[in-house]
Amino acid sequence: MVNLYLVFDLLLALTLMWVGWRTLTSPDLFRGVVLFIAFGVLMTLAWVRLEAPDVAMAEAAIGAGLTGALLLDALADLRARRSHQDIEVSRLAAVSVITLALAGVLSWVMLTLPAQHASMHAPVTQPPNASGITNPVTLVLLVYRAYDTLLEMAVLLLAVIGARALHDEAPVGRAAPQYDLLAPAARVLLPAILLVAAYLLWAGATRPGGAFQAGAVLGAAGVLLRLAGLLPSPATYRRWMQMGLVSGFMVFLLVGVLVIFAGLPWLGYPATHTKALILLVETGLTLSIGMSLLSLFMSVPEQRSPSTHARASAS
Amino acid sequence: MNALEWIAAILLIAGALFFFAGTVGMLRFPDAFSRLHALTKVDNLGLGLLVLGLALQSGSLAIALKLLLIWVLAIVAAATGAYLVANGASRRP
Repeated sequence: MVNLYLVFDLLLALTLMWVGWRTLTSPDLFRGVVLFIAFGVLMTLAWVRLEAPDVAMAEAAIGAGLTGALLLDALADLRARRSHQDIEVSRLAAVSVITLALAGVLSWVMLTLPAQHASMHAPVTQPPNASGITNPVTLVLLVYRAYDTLLEMAVLLLAVIGARALHDEAPVGRAAPQYDLLAPAARVLLPAILLVAAYLLWAGATRPGGAFQAGAVLGAAGVLLRLAGLLPSPATYRRWMQMGLVSGFMVFLLVGVLVIFAGLPWLGYPATHTKALILLVETGLTLSIGMSLLSLFMSVPEQRSPSTHARASAS
Repeated sequence: MNALEWIAAILLIAGALFFFAGTVGMLRFPDAFSRLHALTKVDNLGLGLLVLGLALQSGSLAIALKLLLIWVLAIVAAATGAYLVANGASRRP
């Protein structure tokens, strides 16, 4: 009998490549974005088949969901201002050269690294019992590769600061409620979404889940509220949002430094409080990731009709 | 196979048929509204039948309730999404 799983996997791989190709070559940008979201959903399925549920969840929430929403939003803005926007060729060329050079240097660094085959398999699948963390992905992210995750959060923070510097929040805080049904639906779904985020954060210690998945769900809740026009003016909570943005990096750094005073190595957790400390760090990371994603979404101006945009750029 | 497994299998196949019909409808129907009409059948009835079939197969009340919750959430999301798409389509000149 032909292995049905193999048939499914082959079909999935072929569809992925086909949808990816169509996404890149679609002349219609809207169609391209929709195909990109479909690509994310298929990619999620691929991760499930590879038995990587943690990555699958992150892909579904960030790759398909939030990135899709961001791209759709950017597309609407692009359409509203297309006639006013001319990209200078010289600037485009300069940016391309710089990015390519950076990519070249990074590739060179990667290629010249000494070959190391340090396998995490043994320590991760037989974790020390004292920690109470049994999910191998969480173990790698927050214990064995904590420094990498810390730097990742720093990079994310820098990216959000960069995006916010390029574009301030839209001047209009409260979106005009365009659709009657969105706000009630958001009110119904919000408790469930927050519960899922909290559950994912808690479950990350022993099962698939963790800060990145929980943060993505939290960010999605913010995006939903924003779209439904339920968020108040950004000015009223800007300070809270900024604190949320830095909380992950700050808490992580603080824990990493404070353990030094207990005579432990940098970012080393004391054996007795590992789980509590990791949960504390993960709570900060969840807040930060959620706020970062929401903040990226908010720095895209709200949909404006072409006429108001023309007036805004004329003044 | 006992009776429960047969019922589960029939429910799953019926659900899959709804998904198939809905997909054909989305590809073949002429405008956004009739496509939505085809897709909402998939979300409500198709997913409902799949959830029922899987719940019978699971043999655990906790898993069955979680599956039911997924169905309810998907219905709320699908109803809202269908409304938004229809609203957007009706505004388009």
